[in-house]
Amino acid sequence: MSSPSQSKNKRTVWVALTVVVGMFGFGFALVPLYNVFCELTGINGKTGPKYVLQSGELEADLTRVIKVQFVTQNNDSMPWHFKPEIRQVEVHPGEVMQVDFIARNPTSKDMVAQAVPSLSPNEGTDYFHKVECFCFTQQALKAGEETRMPLRFVVDKDLPEYLTKLTLSYTLFDQPINESTAISGDAG
Amino acid sequence: MSAVVENELKEDNHHGPAAGIGRWLFTTNHKDIGSMYLWFSFAMFLVGGCMALTIRAELFQPGLQMMEPGFFNQMTTMHGLIMVFGAVMPAFVGLANWLIPMMIGAPDMALPRMNNWSFWILPFAFTMLLSTLFMEGGAPNFGWTFYAPLSTTYAPPSVTFFIFGVHMMGVSSIMGAINVIATILNMRAPGMSYMKMPLFVWTWLITAFLLIAVMPVLAGVVTMMLMDIHFGTSFFNAAGGGDPVLFQHVFWFFGHPEVYIMILPAFGVVSQIIPTFSRKKLFGYHSMVWATSSIALLSFLVWAHHMFTVGIPLMGELFFMYATMLIAVPTGVKVFNWVATMFKGSITFETPMLFSIAFVILFSIGGFSGLMLAIAPSDFQYHDTYFVVAHFHYVLVPGAIFGIFAAVYYWLPKWCGNMYSETLGKAHFWLSFVGMNLAFFPMHFLGLAGMPRRIPDYALQFADFNWISSIGAFMFGFTQLLFLYIVIHTIRSGKKATAAVWESAEGLEWTIPSPAPYHTFTTPPEVK
Amino acid sequence: MRMLRLVGFRSATFLWTRLRWVISVFLLVFVSSSHAEYGVNMTPGVTDISQSVYSLHMIIFWICVVIGIVVFSVMFWSMFKYRKSQGAVPAKFHESTTVEVIWTLIPIIILVAMAVPATSTLKEMYDVTESDIDIKITGYQWKWQYEYINDDVSFFSNLSTPQDQINNEATKGEHYLLEVDEPLVIPINKKIRFLVTANDVIHSWWVPAFAVKKDAIPGFINEAWTKVNEPGIYRGQCAELCGKDHGFMPIVVKAVEEPEYQAWLAAKQEKAKAEALLSSQVWSMEDLMTKGEAVYNTNCAACHQQNGEGIPPAFPGLKGSAIAVGPVEAHIDIVVNGKPGSAMQAFAAQLSDVDLAAVITYERNAWGNNTGESVSPQDIANAKGN
Repeated sequence: MSSPSQSKNKRTVWVALTVVVGMFGFGFALVPLYNVFCELTGINGKTGPKYVLQSGELEADLTRVIKVQFVTQNNDSMPWHFKPEIRQVEVHPGEVMQVDFIARNPTSKDMVAQAVPSLSPNEGTDYFHKVECFCFTQQALKAGEETRMPLRFVVDKDLPEYLTKLTLSYTLFDQPINESTAISGDAG
Repeated sequence: MSAVVENELKEDNHHGPAAGIGRWLFTTNHKDIGSMYLWFSFAMFLVGGCMALTIRAELFQPGLQMMEPGFFNQMTTMHGLIMVFGAVMPAFVGLANWLIPMMIGAPDMALPRMNNWSFWILPFAFTMLLSTLFMEGGAPNFGWTFYAPLSTTYAPPSVTFFIFGVHMMGVSSIMGAINVIATILNMRAPGMSYMKMPLFVWTWLITAFLLIAVMPVLAGVVTMMLMDIHFGTSFFNAAGGGDPVLFQHVFWFFGHPEVYIMILPAFGVVSQIIPTFSRKKLFGYHSMVWATSSIALLSFLVWAHHMFTVGIPLMGELFFMYATMLIAVPTGVKVFNWVATMFKGSITFETPMLFSIAFVILFSIGGFSGLMLAIAPSDFQYHDTYFVVAHFHYVLVPGAIFGIFAAVYYWLPKWCGNMYSETLGKAHFWLSFVGMNLAFFPMHFLGLAGMPRRIPDYALQFADFNWISSIGAFMFGFTQLLFLYIVIHTIRSGKKATAAVWESAEGLEWTIPSPAPYHTFTTPPEVK
Repeated sequence: MRMLRLVGFRSATFLWTRLRWVISVFLLVFVSSSHAEYGVNMTPGVTDISQSVYSLHMIIFWICVVIGIVVFSVMFWSMFKYRKSQGAVPAKFHESTTVEVIWTLIPIIILVAMAVPATSTLKEMYDVTESDIDIKITGYQWKWQYEYINDDVSFFSNLSTPQDQINNEATKGEHYLLEVDEPLVIPINKKIRFLVTANDVIHSWWVPAFAVKKDAIPGFINEAWTKVNEPGIYRGQCAELCGKDHGFMPIVVKAVEEPEYQAWLAAKQEKAKAEALLSSQVWSMEDLMTKGEAVYNTNCAACHQQNGEGIPPAFPGLKGSAIAVGPVEAHIDIVVNGKPGSAMQAFAAQLSDVDLAAVITYERNAWGNNTGESVSPQDIANAKGN
């Protein structure tokens, strides 16, 4: 075969391989892209990381009352008792509120847990700010130990008018114990 | 055309195929490799078919008759994987190998050694996949869509072999696709401009681009699974900050273009066959190319229509619903063009034509149910029911599979130099046609009446249609043994075929003798 | 253009006769069999949403039927008219931009017409106005948990079809595979909000009569809502492959009048208190064994099998097993807390102390596991650390 065709083939292969490698990378890039997309739109109900309050924000909008409902559940094989202290609170947008969650490790083993938050309806996710949350870190409890875990949050004043009730769910997952999360007794 | 004469003269100067098993192991000849792909895919079609019949046997009547629910799940999973990656995709690569060089006047594929590789990876990939059936904990049992966390945290140990199997299939498909692209871009005979290429070449070119765009994404998603399972990452595990829904997004970003990968080459096949037996040029060649390209582009924008029930916000649902509905436009154009090709033609009904006509009708029915599924609010009722099963079997069986059958009947005389028996071919068509409709049409009713997919046992009101469906499935399945007989019989002892084979077939492949010599177009033909 | 006119003029009446004939056949099939025992069509359901979904489905269906009839009629007519055996001579045309533009535009118009009702139905489904009752639904392998968030009522709903019906050893009942031990009970004419999540893998909660189908995803919460118009019993199934017994976790919803609902709720709360009392009572071995067998068959037999032999290796047998005849503490621990990384769940929250005591006693004494040991509800309470 003539060499011009050979070199053309070489070029085609290189271009195609670049596409292949690029698309493989793109598959992985979808992970951060998805997270960014979710943060922007709140579509998967994953609430954001620690929120730093701006000074001007703390004026509550007394004209609106938002119901915030808390539900908890354990994931597979997670034996802890895990409940919110109060099932529902009413807040004004812009008002900082604290709710405690109670967790108890009833087993005879020391355990570590991770709470995963999720908010519904997910149109509200972007407007629910956690100032402090036990879900930011893993929780370690010794056998039989009980703890109160605080959640401090504020509902954004820009919450769309049609939303009057937000449900925040926490799912507790059992985590394998490793060095970094070794029991230190300062859970919460 | 002078090329014919030239080739016949040149044949003696070229060495023919090597003797013995070495011919097949080391061959770089596109015709040999094409044949191996086709035989391999037929073997996989039978294996996947046996699994389908196992499923249908269990579903023949309510109650658990033959197997544990866990094994049933392994069967549905393996049936899907084998049919998609083992039967349909390799069959089209086989057709591409045989036909693309002959259609564009090239002596072989652009990268013959890589061609050998991309085929020979497949038997190893599928041996690995099938071996999981004998492993402790059984074969993959999480459906061919392998949603996390069922396929990660809760998967049987064999999932690792499944992941490597998918990697190997992916590498094979990607190499095959690169080869097709290089061949079509660089190896066309002088005068064979893009807009003169047969439609089969066009649809395959577009398919190949889809393949190199999405197979790496599939490789990415299974790699993420591998890392979650063995290296402690949390791509899809909520506990570590991941999201199981992310899996579905990435999977369907691959998965939706994948369904077009399985149907576009069949569009090409039918667009070759209908004009031949209508004795009239294909209507709207340009719009066919345009329609195929727009289907391929749209396929990247519609993936979340597989996920309407996972909890996507209203705006997302609306976007994906509209985008999906839009695909009906280019698809409709294609169907209208085929009908317009037949209109005012001079039609005969040889076996390839029968399969092609059935393709147009039954694929359209699958298209209609697809349009219904695109309507997000109604999809809440259709999603994950037998209505979906009916839909994708209507686009894949009379779509992809009938397309392949049509292609084999149409080009077999060119490949082996003998005519198949028209009587037996027609018998194969009618038995397949009746069996297929019996098997899959009642599934529409089952789904609408509320039967979920992937269940080994069902409530009593679903019994009648399941019974009919099983009968149809067995009829369709056993008919394929007749197809095997027809092909073998034709190769060994058919009536000799002429070079043109068909009365009014157009294209370079019909200018060379039948059977096509081992080496063709060593001197490029002139295309006017 | 010329071509279209030909089709239109020469076959208009023929087409219309054909069309009417086919439509009436379809009507016959759909209308007559909608009364038959087996369904061939989607249920219109018992909520406003399910009814609009049903009409939407029918509209799209009929549009498809009409398009199909038009296109296929042209095709069949061409196949009939232009047969080579009848001496048809092929025409030469193979292109017409006008025609292409027309058959691109017409489908677009039809699609827009379809999108309008679809969009409005979808918007209704996404309504988030205040609900009357909130129920949390959790999918487990392979059962559902219902939690009435504001009323302190929570229970599991298991398949109640006996194993011998599934194994074809007994006649199948009317609601084979679509019956549960405890249905979800809701009042009619109230807006019920479902918060859907899962404990292990992805499930999907589907009741066709409400047109509600929502995926239950571990770690995430989804919501759906319904407002039922008619009292009745409505059945559905899990709609997302969730492992071995995906086909065996039905959903039964009993929609009742408001007073009946209140009575049921009160009884349910009463029963929970009674359960607590039962735990403090002393149980005889026979009572524990009888109760244990029932609990076992509902909760354990799907994996460990009724005969205690299991389906190794994924689901080990209990007959003569190290756990079932070994130290009682380990046995209680695995049932109460589950075994991480396996299909064995933690039953602490799913079963009452009495049920747990009974089932463990049963497992330690059935199928020749004659340990003679009985476990009391107090043992369970101690193990749970209550």
